[in-house]
Amino acid sequence: MKITTKALTKSIWVYHCATSPCNNCDIEILDALTPRHDLERFGIQLVGSPRHADALLVTGVPTRKTAPRLKLVYEQTAKPCFVIAIGSCACGGNMFRHAYNFVKTVDEIIPVDAYVPGCPPKPEAMIMGVVKLLAKLKNGK
Amino acid sequence: MSELRRTVIPIGPYHPLQEEPEYFKLYVEGERVVDIDIEVGYLHRGVERLSEDKHYDQIAHLVERICGICSTSHPFAYINAVEDAAGFTSKLPGRVKLIRTIIAEMERVHSHFLWLGLAGHFLGYNTVWMWAWKYREPLLDMFELISGNRQHYSMFKVGGVRRDINKEDIPQLLKVLDEIQRANDMFKGAVMDDPVIQARTKKVCILTKENAEAYCVVGPTARASGVDIDVRRDDPYAAYDMLDWKVITQKEGDVFAKLVVRVLEVYESISIIKQALHKLDDFNDGIDMQVKEIPPGDGIGRHEAPRGEVIHFVRSDGTNRPVRHKIRAPSYVNIASNKIAVVGNTVSDAALALAAVDPCYCCTDRSIVIDVNTNKTIMTGKDLVRLSQEKTLELRKKLG
Amino acid sequence: MVEAFLSQDIEDQITNTLGTKVVEFIEKNPRRFYLTVKPVDLPECVKILVKELWLRMSTATAVDTRECIEILYHFSHDKSGKMFTLKVKLEDKSKPEIRSIATIFKGAEWIEREIAELFGVNFIGHPDMKRLLLSSDWPEGKYPLRRDSK
Repeated sequence: MKITTKALTKSIWVYHCATSPCNNCDIEILDALTPRHDLERFGIQLVGSPRHADALLVTGVPTRKTAPRLKLVYEQTAKPCFVIAIGSCACGGNMFRHAYNFVKTVDEIIPVDAYVPGCPPKPEAMIMGVVKLLAKLKNGK
Repeated sequence: MSELRRTVIPIGPYHPLQEEPEYFKLYVEGERVVDIDIEVGYLHRGVERLSEDKHYDQIAHLVERICGICSTSHPFAYINAVEDAAGFTSKLPGRVKLIRTIIAEMERVHSHFLWLGLAGHFLGYNTVWMWAWKYREPLLDMFELISGNRQHYSMFKVGGVRRDINKEDIPQLLKVLDEIQRANDMFKGAVMDDPVIQARTKKVCILTKENAEAYCVVGPTARASGVDIDVRRDDPYAAYDMLDWKVITQKEGDVFAKLVVRVLEVYESISIIKQALHKLDDFNDGIDMQVKEIPPGDGIGRHEAPRGEVIHFVRSDGTNRPVRHKIRAPSYVNIASNKIAVVGNTVSDAALALAAVDPCYCCTDRSIVIDVNTNKTIMTGKDLVRLSQEKTLELRKKLG
Repeated sequence: MVEAFLSQDIEDQITNTLGTKVVEFIEKNPRRFYLTVKPVDLPECVKILVKELWLRMSTATAVDTRECIEILYHFSHDKSGKMFTLKVKLEDKSKPEIRSIATIFKGAEWIEREIAELFGVNFIGHPDMKRLLLSSDWPEGKYPLRRDSK
């Protein structure tokens, strides 16, 4: 495993990128920061710029207006950057797949490393997704 | 302590996209906002078109996901519309009406607490944010107890509700409501009586009654400006005319008035839920009317969501899919009123004003500020929040 | 006489004031009323409802039916909780147009923009017609909610 990837498994800085969600996944992500779950004690922090991010949390369904921006945000991140698709919309489009404004699924725009399905996934499910990804990284990709 | 972590504290579940057209373009001259351009459509997923391909039961599931915070409001208004089209609103069992009311009011409390947390964050009181969201958690647990999910409860169906409220769960629900009422007392004292918060929010970004009526605003945004409208009282549905509660209004139309309306509405909601829970014993007439078909016709359904009136229009042709389904969320009319409310105020108050109408999240942070004299972008949405927080700090130092 | 007028139910006030402009009047139930008017009379009717009788516009719905494009303007009379829907039928589906009511009150601006881009209706005299929901690269002339759209 490369040195940079190994270094990442200690403390992850995540950047949250919403394409066009209903906001429930976003609220649950924020909930994971509140006192009950408190992600920060694992060293996981939300950052305000993609350039500082080690992981990208993507929610929502890419529409015509937001799909190009998703690609732009991904290109701005410093590699390696892991992409986690949070919620059924990001995983596969959910029920908006046949909408006229729907473009492609997230994994057809940028490479996705972990999928956390649910509508919305509970904070525990999200933490599990992140932990599983970290374990996969530790064992070598 | 919060200053050190300012750059990494989450601004919210929205992302500051630095380039490209934004939601709110604020044009400033010096410190003052002189004009505002509002661009929407980032969340447009074509739900009305999707509705035409789904049958009535599936649509309730679909419209929940229009917005996560008021996830029950859309199904409620939609179900009201279908039942209005079919003509059996008056035949609904009493138990169904009560359960619908309970779920809707629990959602109102959770939504107002969420907003309170946001407002606290924009003002620079991150403790308020953490507290408000901490006290949401027992409510979400109650939702999980009743419906199986913390958000997107899927409780509504045409002619009934999907799950019943068990008698054994009621004492626990009442206990949680008491806890939340105590939390609201704490917020009322800490937030409404705080001189700094009053200085930051009183007379700021006023929406007059005339403008509120011209823009047809709804909900707490309207009631804070003295427009006395509330669908629950004006066009009663579910159990609202069976219970005792009052509509909260204020006159000033500033950010403080909007805060007061929401904090006081939480008390009313708690009272409604308690009354409804106690009345449940009197109604054991079933939770499902077993509706088999919807006759042709038009129906309009409304619901007073936490943000205001949600209205759905459904046209049925007798088949199991609607011919047309129109959805209008309250933020649609409320956000447009920002054109008047924000202009003339300072940039540091802008973030507050945009948040005060309680729009759906993704709106407020997508903003940029343009200087009219140089026509250059000088700030982003994150800067707006930071400015607002800095202004609060200065005021605190001044007021001692 | 004014008192006599004001003491009438709002639906009687409306039908008395709009008079012959109402082509068809349907009372679906005690709180839902549907009034069909001619497109040319619409701005006058809206002005009466909003400026004289103090109704509030909730929203407007456009429907693509087989014969025409129907636009339903939903007005709420908050004091009584009744809803009055003004229905107009735009017969020429190839070029549907009607006068804008956004000049009468600001609250109508956004919904007319939305109907214009989703159905292709031309709102004559709209103060700020531009896209609202669809992206700027959405093809011109393609109206997603029209029945003949792919």
